[in-house]
Amino acid sequence: MPVIDLMSGFVAELRRAGLPVSLTENLDAMEAVKVIPIEDRDAFKYALGATLVKNSSHWRVFETIFEVYFSLRGSQYNIVNPTDEQADEFWREEQDQAQLGQGEGKGAGGGGLEALTPEELANMLMRALMQGDQAMMRALARQSVARFAGMEPGRPVGGTYYLYRTLRNLDLDNMLAKLLEANKQLSSRETTNLEQRLVKDEFEQRIEQFKKEVEAEIRRRLVADRGAEAMAKTLRKPLPEDVEFMHASREEMQSLKKALFPLTRKLAARLARKRRHGRKGPLDFRNTVRHSLSYGGVPAEPKFKYPRPAKPELMVVADISGSVAAFARFTLMLVYAIQSQFSKVRSFVFIDGIDEVTKHFRATEDIQEAIHKVNTEADVVWVDGHSDYGHAFEVFWERYGKDINSKTTVLLLGDARNNYHASQSWVVKEMRKHARHVYWLNPEPRSYWNTGDSIVGEYGGHTDGVYECRNLRQLEGFVEKLV
Amino acid sequence: MSAAFGSVAQVRDGLKKINYLADDGIAGVVYLAQRLGKPVLIEGPAGTGKTQLAKSVAELTGARLIRLQCYEGLDEAKALYEWNYKKQLLRIQADKASDSWSQVHDDIFSREFLLTRPLLEAISAADPVVLLIDEVDRVEVETEALLLEVLSEYQVSIPELGTITAKQIPMVFLTSNNTRELSEALKRRCLYLHVDYPDMEREKEIVLAKVPDVNANLADQIARIVRSIRQLDLKKAPSVSETLDWARTLILLGVDHIDAQQAKETLHVLLKYQTDIAKAAKELSVDE
Repeated sequence: MPVIDLMSGFVAELRRAGLPVSLTENLDAMEAVKVIPIEDRDAFKYALGATLVKNSSHWRVFETIFEVYFSLRGSQYNIVNPTDEQADEFWREEQDQAQLGQGEGKGAGGGGLEALTPEELANMLMRALMQGDQAMMRALARQSVARFAGMEPGRPVGGTYYLYRTLRNLDLDNMLAKLLEANKQLSSRETTNLEQRLVKDEFEQRIEQFKKEVEAEIRRRLVADRGAEAMAKTLRKPLPEDVEFMHASREEMQSLKKALFPLTRKLAARLARKRRHGRKGPLDFRNTVRHSLSYGGVPAEPKFKYPRPAKPELMVVADISGSVAAFARFTLMLVYAIQSQFSKVRSFVFIDGIDEVTKHFRATEDIQEAIHKVNTEADVVWVDGHSDYGHAFEVFWERYGKDINSKTTVLLLGDARNNYHASQSWVVKEMRKHARHVYWLNPEPRSYWNTGDSIVGEYGGHTDGVYECRNLRQLEGFVEKLV
Repeated sequence: MSAAFGSVAQVRDGLKKINYLADDGIAGVVYLAQRLGKPVLIEGPAGTGKTQLAKSVAELTGARLIRLQCYEGLDEAKALYEWNYKKQLLRIQADKASDSWSQVHDDIFSREFLLTRPLLEAISAADPVVLLIDEVDRVEVETEALLLEVLSEYQVSIPELGTITAKQIPMVFLTSNNTRELSEALKRRCLYLHVDYPDMEREKEIVLAKVPDVNANLADQIARIVRSIRQLDLKKAPSVSETLDWARTLILLGVDHIDAQQAKETLHVLLKYQTDIAKAAKELSVDE
């Protein structure tokens, strides 16, 4: 396929994945491709990246799509011949060593990697990992996929399934322990904790790298089988800012957390700027007269008062029951990361009982640690540990209701799935009477609201607004509006 | 430009000779920037060598470095050009009688009375230049628009004088610490380069190249420890420049093999928050 066709499919897929690739950027990429040969795969990738991806958090998505579209290019990525000569050589060397009297690997005579038993393959992998031998690791990754993944053409199974099968056969879960053990025996003297730690990190990284090789190999084979377009479709993942809080996988949670920190910094900078660059206020008479002295009493330079908008006080009341815990956590993290924009932040968490957790955030600078404390120490279970908004709100009003005043903004977080308990929506109504604003943030898609036991409509009627907050993008948008 | 690059590898080797260790991504983008004549927007955490890259490229190509440091409140009088009012005033008063109005008018709005600021200077330079627009994220969104004409057309329009077009296309580097999202218009005109913390091998080489008297063993250990620390969940991960500071500290202390105790005692060079230091110290001495 000529490069230009491949490129247009590639760019179209980037757009489908949510990357904003403009026409001029596409043209730039075409220009770039002219001066960088496609054979130099790394340079080619970076050239495309530099012209098409303008946000570092989109890089991973780009990389995956690139792999899918360009993985079959270049001679060293040929699938037809899965055994490397290099690997064979390595194997022969290993055998020589074995014959020298280490007594290992004598079962399999001659041949390449195909002739090995699974145990021997695992042993070779372990040795390659010990030595950090990149070429060997790559060859072994290919061999293991060919052997263990059991891939059949046209079978509608995702890559994860094959990955799981391959890794299970290699017993990779226990590999780290084995490597560490072997390393201990190798070193003659007692190792310090620091050294152990460093060695462990090193091995972890190598294993991680091996996993990536296996994944890439599986992907290559799948692309060869199904074609790039179909493959890209199955691999399509949302961008970090579009990942839904309620359905995020562990890996996505990690990327969310990473995305959150720069986002809070940006948000804080933007908010501070906004505050400063407010419009000029009315004439400041005193100041004008004072400055007129330097013009001989002529008020030549009028001075104005700068409005100082009061920072709002914030009360966050969050449901932290299982289904919405992730959402509550992220909102709390976000709010505390920009707490300098508020005059005071208080936070409360509930399931069916409610507890104030402000002290945990005050005690430490580390938001992660505070969140952890909230999860473990807060007293939020009253009867059975199922969400009961009605009871939680009632208790909240009883204990803390008097602290709500005209400066306070109250944020209520949750899906309002009340397990058919009494709603006690009068509390929200009362809150609104006293507070400056009451907002409700719901992590569920709007179409699910008021279905089943969700009574967000009943609460929402008493607030200043109910907002859908399914992902970071929406959350960011709301917080900016709030300040 | 005096020396055009022939290939990506040439850029990388050239930069290596002047002690800037570029990875494939960095070298590739620099090469591309010169071939396509486009500015490069460099983003990444603080202390990873963004500004240094521009300086090194200038050194490599033998070009003059023109630097525009951005800050809030930067305006066109400081970024582009300004009329030299005092000189204009003097000119008008110097020979009042002899000149006609139109003559004076034409005269005081000529090149002679123009004060060039970094952007205009880069455009009008006759010798090869590298333009560095540092920390572009610090200017307001509106001020960004000042840069657009220069970046895409390599020209500056002055109402009284007409358009000044570049005699040669300078290499332009913009750096950003990512404190705010830059406008789409600016990003679209640039090649984008994200400079992250280097991997262990590269960091080791950087330490070896930048710190005199360091031996390979110590550099290796330093790079390993720094990598482990970066994997922790910290407020501010150690940057490359902090790694280098740490290496220098250890050399000064006469350390040639780091043990846990020494690492703990010098952690404050690497990490700048008390909570981070405590966390790292705990992790590094952990027994598994």
